[in-house]
Amino acid sequence: MNSSLEPSRLTPADMMRASLIGLRTRRLRSLLSGLGIVIGIAAMVGVLGISESSKSDLLAQLDQLGTNMLRIEAGSGIGIGSGELPEESTSMVSRIGPVEQVASVSDTSASVYRNDLVPEGRTGGITVKAVDAGLLVTLQGQMQSGAFLDDAASEYPVAVLGSVAAERLGVTSGSDGTIVWLGDEWFAIVGIMETLDLSPDLDRAALVSYAAADTFLDHDGIPSTIYVRTDPDNIDAVRSVLPATVNPENPDEVEVTRPSDALEAREAADQAFTNLLLGLGGVALLVGGVGIANVMVISVLERRGEIGLRRALGATRRHISIQFLGESLLLATVGGVGGVALGAAVTAAYAWSRGWGVLIPTVAIIGGIVAAIAIGVIAGLYPAMRAARVSPTEALRTL
Amino acid sequence: MTSKSPQSSASTLPAYPVDSVLSLSRVTKTYPGTPPVHAIRDINLDIRSGELVGVIGPSGSGKSTLLHIIGTLDRATSGTVSVAGHDVDLLTDRELSSLRSRHIGFVFQQFFLLAGETALDNVGDGLLYTGMALEERRNLAELALAQVGLEHRMSHEATKLSGGERQRVAIARALIGSPDIILADEPTGNLDSKSGEDVVRLIEELNSQGSTIVVITHDRDIAARFPRRVSLLDGRVVDDTGQTNGAVSR
Repeated sequence: MNSSLEPSRLTPADMMRASLIGLRTRRLRSLLSGLGIVIGIAAMVGVLGISESSKSDLLAQLDQLGTNMLRIEAGSGIGIGSGELPEESTSMVSRIGPVEQVASVSDTSASVYRNDLVPEGRTGGITVKAVDAGLLVTLQGQMQSGAFLDDAASEYPVAVLGSVAAERLGVTSGSDGTIVWLGDEWFAIVGIMETLDLSPDLDRAALVSYAAADTFLDHDGIPSTIYVRTDPDNIDAVRSVLPATVNPENPDEVEVTRPSDALEAREAADQAFTNLLLGLGGVALLVGGVGIANVMVISVLERRGEIGLRRALGATRRHISIQFLGESLLLATVGGVGGVALGAAVTAAYAWSRGWGVLIPTVAIIGGIVAAIAIGVIAGLYPAMRAARVSPTEALRTL
Repeated sequence: MTSKSPQSSASTLPAYPVDSVLSLSRVTKTYPGTPPVHAIRDINLDIRSGELVGVIGPSGSGKSTLLHIIGTLDRATSGTVSVAGHDVDLLTDRELSSLRSRHIGFVFQQFFLLAGETALDNVGDGLLYTGMALEERRNLAELALAQVGLEHRMSHEATKLSGGERQRVAIARALIGSPDIILADEPTGNLDSKSGEDVVRLIEELNSQGSTIVVITHDRDIAARFPRRVSLLDGRVVDDTGQTNGAVSR
């Protein structure tokens, strides 16, 4: 009997079992408090996942479209010029060394209708533009159906529709001989373009050749926009000489932009939005952590009898605190894993709906679970300490 | 007792009679306040191995305080307490936990069974903090449940059993590790008379098999059935039918 005392011990498996008791016996409450963490982590993983998927899609888009395209338009200048690009602009630009492709677009005053019975003015926002045959190549565009305008057809009343224009006119195919009423003439539709990411204005236009515009629409042929594809290494140099090349008299009236900049700016704006949403996710996570702490404090109060019993069975204060800390940790970790799964599912669903590739950053997955564990530890510390401080005699008097 | 600072137990094994399981010498517990409350005063008690002792007294007589001090759940303000040969005053909080995990079994009026666990696992929890593996505990729990006549309820959820059965599960939990002493605090307090009678018989039977048991009760009829009775009133022992050395405090 008079032997020295062996210390109280709790095996890791029993520690886990003890920590699970509260979660098993108070399932609804555990579920609801864990939901805070699920929502917080899911928000963060979802925001990061959607942002990364969008960014990767954009990079792929930029890769495909190239960043070496410049767009020249008549700018507002200081009011001394004509507000138009000179007629010979296109040929002038094509003479610049590093310029690889040039194509111009000229706005016409004509309108296009599905047929001649549609009242005038109900254009559906569709414009008619005269374009060079090389426009599609310069824009690296694709045809949805049919073919783009070529020199052979330039004398005939044929047109190509942008993707939006085709939809609005109810034209579904560019190769079945559909005709539209364009500038008081019947024009045959020979092709429908895919969406052009770098020049969305062309999506809402019916395109005809310069020759056809001249013949059937009595159009003067002065370009309003010129698209230039240059050697990627010399893009800045070309950009700097373009205004003076296009309009030597009034270079200020020439506006040169790089359409890919707009996509990059959109990405920058998305990033700011992402940060805002991440912040909101962080707030949700914090609230989730407070929820767990709250539930754990209530649990300690409710389970004083159990604490007293465990102390009577030989638990040390440390065993009690580890049990409650473990419970909080388990709750938060399960919430974190659930949150990562939910965030990944939301990302996948959103990316799928937008036609993007799904990309969930590893840092979001690992970070989400680590954040949940950290929240679990922080939220559980105070209740665990409080549980450990409960006097066994007080605890056993509870009921 | 002059100092309350606990020290290691390794070198402090006092010379109590070899068959003494519990020894209290001039133990007082005072709760601070104005005026201070003396829950128990100057208590001397010596319980030997194999005894069945009923501690009786009205509400407020200090029974529960005495049980907490004997059970090492609380410390005496003065005096000396020895349990299973260990001087409690010299043990740290962790060492007291160790003492409870291996040498003392508890039975409570409220049963304190863990919800969501089977009777078998509740009984096995009696050895939870000894570091024994679950399977081994379950094997011993089967024997303990058989000892209290509940072998047919092993896989039932403990908290869903009848009151009498729940208390028998709690008794099995207390005896699973063959502790030096089992402390029962009003074990029949939440039971109907039939179940209460069954529990008292079980306690007598366990005692006849060698268990040392201290039962705290306010029920004089129950206490009257035990071979030794210690009566408390206002925190003092007023009668001890088993006292042999004349040290009863009056």
